[in-house]
Amino acid sequence: MANRIEIGFREGIRDALGEKIKKRIVEHLRIQVDSVKTVEVYTIDTPLTREELEQAARGPLSDPVIQTFSVDRGLARGFDWLVEVGFRPGVTDNVGKTAGEAIGLLVGKPVKVFTSRQYVIGAVDRGCPRDVLTRADAERIASELLANDLIERCEIVEGAAWDAARGMNPTVPRVAGENRPHTEMIDLDRPDEELVRISNERVLALTLEEMRILRDYLKDPAVLARRREVGLDARMTDAELECLAQTWSEHCKHKIFNARIAYDDGAGGVAEIDSLFSTYIKRSTREIRERMGENDWCLSVFSDNAGIIRFDADWNLVFKVETHNSPSALDPYGGALTGIVGVNRDPFGCGKGAKLIFNTDVFCFAPPDYDKPLPPRVLHPRRIYEGVREGVEHGGNKSGIPTVNGCLVFDERYLGKPLVYCGTGGIMPARINGEPTHTKEILPGDLVVMTGGRIGKDGIHGATFSSEELHEGSPVTAVQIGDPITQKKMTDFLLVARDRGLYRAITDNGAGGLSSSVGETAQLSGGCEIDLAEAPLKYPGLDPWEILISESQERMTLAVAPERSEEFLRLAKKMDCEATVLGRYTDSGWFHIRYGRQTVACVEMSFLHGGLPQMRLNAAWSAPRHQEPVFAEPADLGAALKAMLGRLNICSKESVVRQYDHEVQGGSVVKPLTGAANDGPSDAAVIRPLLDSFAGIVIASGICPRYSDIDAYHMAACAIDEAIRNAIAVGAPLHRLAGLDNFCWCDPIRSEKNPDGDYKLAQLVRANQALYDVTTAYGVPCISGKDSMKNDYQIGAVRISIPPTLLYSTLGKMEDVRRAVTMDAKRPGDLLYVLGKTYRELGASEWYALNGAVGNSVPRVRPAAARALYEALHRAMAAGLVASCHDCSDGGLGVALAETAFAGGLGLEADLRQVPAEGIGRNDELLFAESQSRFVVTVRPDNREAFAAALAGCDCAPVGRVIAAGVLRIDGLGGERIVEADCAALKAAWLKPLAF
Amino acid sequence: MPERIKAIVITGNGTNCEMEMAHACRLAGFDAQIVHISELLAGEKRLDDYHFLNLPGGFLDGDDLGSAKAGANRILHAPVAGSSEKLFAQFSRFIAAGKLILGVCNGFQLLVKLGMLPGLDGRIDRQTATLTFNDSGRFEDRWVHLRVDPASPCVFTNGLKRLPLPVRHGEGKFVPADEELLARLHREHLICLQYSDEQTGRATPEYPANPNGSVDAVAGICNQTGRIFGLMPHPEAYLHRTNHPRWTREELPEEGAGLALFRNAADFIRSGAF
Repeated sequence: MANRIEIGFREGIRDALGEKIKKRIVEHLRIQVDSVKTVEVYTIDTPLTREELEQAARGPLSDPVIQTFSVDRGLARGFDWLVEVGFRPGVTDNVGKTAGEAIGLLVGKPVKVFTSRQYVIGAVDRGCPRDVLTRADAERIASELLANDLIERCEIVEGAAWDAARGMNPTVPRVAGENRPHTEMIDLDRPDEELVRISNERVLALTLEEMRILRDYLKDPAVLARRREVGLDARMTDAELECLAQTWSEHCKHKIFNARIAYDDGAGGVAEIDSLFSTYIKRSTREIRERMGENDWCLSVFSDNAGIIRFDADWNLVFKVETHNSPSALDPYGGALTGIVGVNRDPFGCGKGAKLIFNTDVFCFAPPDYDKPLPPRVLHPRRIYEGVREGVEHGGNKSGIPTVNGCLVFDERYLGKPLVYCGTGGIMPARINGEPTHTKEILPGDLVVMTGGRIGKDGIHGATFSSEELHEGSPVTAVQIGDPITQKKMTDFLLVARDRGLYRAITDNGAGGLSSSVGETAQLSGGCEIDLAEAPLKYPGLDPWEILISESQERMTLAVAPERSEEFLRLAKKMDCEATVLGRYTDSGWFHIRYGRQTVACVEMSFLHGGLPQMRLNAAWSAPRHQEPVFAEPADLGAALKAMLGRLNICSKESVVRQYDHEVQGGSVVKPLTGAANDGPSDAAVIRPLLDSFAGIVIASGICPRYSDIDAYHMAACAIDEAIRNAIAVGAPLHRLAGLDNFCWCDPIRSEKNPDGDYKLAQLVRANQALYDVTTAYGVPCISGKDSMKNDYQIGAVRISIPPTLLYSTLGKMEDVRRAVTMDAKRPGDLLYVLGKTYRELGASEWYALNGAVGNSVPRVRPAAARALYEALHRAMAAGLVASCHDCSDGGLGVALAETAFAGGLGLEADLRQVPAEGIGRNDELLFAESQSRFVVTVRPDNREAFAAALAGCDCAPVGRVIAAGVLRIDGLGGERIVEADCAALKAAWLKPLAF
Repeated sequence: MPERIKAIVITGNGTNCEMEMAHACRLAGFDAQIVHISELLAGEKRLDDYHFLNLPGGFLDGDDLGSAKAGANRILHAPVAGSSEKLFAQFSRFIAAGKLILGVCNGFQLLVKLGMLPGLDGRIDRQTATLTFNDSGRFEDRWVHLRVDPASPCVFTNGLKRLPLPVRHGEGKFVPADEELLARLHREHLICLQYSDEQTGRATPEYPANPNGSVDAVAGICNQTGRIFGLMPHPEAYLHRTNHPRWTREELPEEGAGLALFRNAADFIRSGAF
């Protein structure tokens, strides 16, 4: 029988978590409660003496100053309802693991601990609580706020029935270990409908055509002969089938990006595109690198887990952005936490491995105040918002990686699947022990070693599941919960091992688990042979195929030369990181997997990686026509500006930003929040990765999914321009910027349930065309990227598809961070400039959205003019001529002016007649058009001439000045005063919407 | 006076500010080493060989059992290989030798939960105060203004008046076990740092100037010798003016104000005061 230790706060000690939960119950669920207190519960599943239990409770588990504890009785008193939430069997319990280790140190033996938490709820009116707070209320609180049924169990106890002396019975969420590991043989020599059934039932996400290829592969006599040698036959093992499904998944293979596409451009032309990836993305990078010639600073692009560029002669930078959308829809906290610690392993598993130095996160959600009925299995957007925010907080902060940059985008179409982009950058020495670090080599005979966490059933089918829309049968096991501390311990160890030259190559275990990490790295030697029975498990009973494809977190796979293995394993043991030899890399040409002596998979490497034929798809573009809005210019543009500042896509994101550590590692230069009161919105981040140098890194991003409503070409072009101009705005030079593309699309393959697939694919084609056009025009190469193509929700007749969304992220090098510029107005008397031309481009703008319209005049990027402007502005910044610089994006010039003013704690005077513009007839158009490549800049009066000279030939005009009074004064096109607004009031409107 | 002044910066199990902490030590003139706790537990490195012990910020064991709780448990109970002692014994010797200890954020939490701070009357093994969840219930990264008690015996804050530094924590609210203890801390000037209002310079209970609701705005305390010092804000995060959130709009000295604490430590050790 297990024992329970309960820990609660002493009388009179504030329970901040309880208060936070109470606030959410009242504000989100609109259920009135008087108090919420929390009790931490540790269920000890190892026999301990009473004395040991008390020692544990008094020692590591409780704080003697503020807490009290009980052993095997209830701690809660005088409540109306008690909700206890614990994990379901097999779900990662990080606190339980830590508690087990801590108690283990005390008692000198391994101890198994499971945790849960009680929420002890008091009703407002204690007279008749049943009426005030019913069981139904308690159940709603449990299911809609406290527990996620997918991964957590909860128990509800009524106060009247509570016997504290007995407390609650211990619940041990042990994984039942009845299963004896076995391998199933599957006969694929079956009719088509059977093949389809097999694919569906096993969540393989393989098409009929792909299933047929597997079937035919097994008929090859040479294959059969080899199979017979290792004890297999003409049937496929479950491990082989699962492994092939992972490797061939959209998630891993990017089938759509590599497809042959017949593209009908809607104007009578039909083009044949042989792979979007090769035609647009890789070609752009290749051409830019060729132009750079011997100055090319790209080192490894598109081939490794992340892109690698040169920082200086001694250091390389690494950058990768991933998405973790599908898991975050099901379990926002665990999904997002896994998203961030998962992408951490990409730069870490790139080349020889990089030290992680920054995170960047971009989230796309439905509005948190969504008040319409929710479709089945969809969590409320606010719950997703809070869960994702917290997951990334724990993943980033606990890993000691500063979250330096990010953004939040809101649109109702993210209701079915939120987008959770997580990016991580790293730095590594250019050479270690004389060897370059940006390449990978594995020799036959090297050992396959797995380090870090253990394998459980968590994360099974992650890769295939995210290659489908979210549906009724989406598997629960696809959700994992990351453990940043286990990962930190592993990365601490591996960085030491790297510098001592103890391993030859490193890669991460992400989607597809060992099947991908070993399968992919085995290409470097030409094969592998591993024994899954050697792999350390979280609990017994996993079948070999589960071990092979499990996506349990915090694991890296390494190639270790046999002569270094002893030292490697010894160091791992000392640094308390599990490391296990699973087998060897070979040059046999076969991916050979055993479980003990029994072969459970034997697939030709060439078939595993090259057996998948190119997909053929159709794309058909027809430009949508939206109604042009008809509304008059508002009389009160000050009020209009205030309303714009309060829009979700424009308002302050401070409440989220503050909860992320953006300064750890000590190199913070431009923080996400800046200005007189440290709350202005920075355009980009600047950090110093080496504390004894002033060379810096600039990190920025661009995203504007609304423009897809008109043309995904311009959506992509504008996202790229935004990411580049944000970096330029803080002082990055254009010629040292690299980019990352992350496409999140709705299913672009036509089918019965997705009739407009051809159009969505045409959107993807156009976005890629824009990527090629804009990146080559700017000379900014993509160095890595990722795509997520099935961001749809379909249950019953309800289908929700996201707007096609490209996140473009930039990474730049600054020679001297002391030349960085922030966006806040600095001094009264400084001159105010607008750079870049404003056009009548309001299609899909925030201004039109506020007025209930989409329109058609989508903003366009004009790269030639913009490039000249970016280069000129950078020269001015490098010469120290710019006091502040803020880019114009959502909400246009009006919003940028207001933000510049209130971030500086000052005011501005601006005359719209001076603003460079073309085709604009109305003040609201000039204020809120979202034309690209524009900045609001302030300049010290004594730099006026030098600044004008630096910007000669560009669209650049003085439009006013900075004033001491906190007022925004704007004169309109007719010379009349159109805005006279109190900056404090504007700022208050901007701060309010997400300040919860 | 020691020829080389040696600082140790302990890392491992979730510590994450070791790099900038060591950098601060080096800028102040220390020969600084980042040492993984496994090297101490393996007996390869010993605290006895250093003058200045740094416990940096981070999340020891994820702060899973409350901040630094599992970390404190390890120091108390984990054996050091090749000897019969626990790590705690090395800490005791280090303190008895009058050497300097600085705990920042998670390191401060560790010192408090071990009982080394405030550690009145030489009792270093009994927890008498705590650092618990911020009143806001959330982790926050924000800059604060610290008021220094000029009468404090603290070696580190000697000669300082005000200090702008960032806090980055979810569990920084200082709570003493009782009023009597709090009164003694005040009386003996052991509360060397308090969160204060930027304008008035006075200690404040008001959020966000007081970011966590600390009792009497306590941001950092020292022991009676002034040689053990812990604070929630991060001095190692302000070593250069470009770290300051308003460096682009204010005239600031090139050197960040946080470095002064490390310079004081170096001066003290060089003076041969122990």
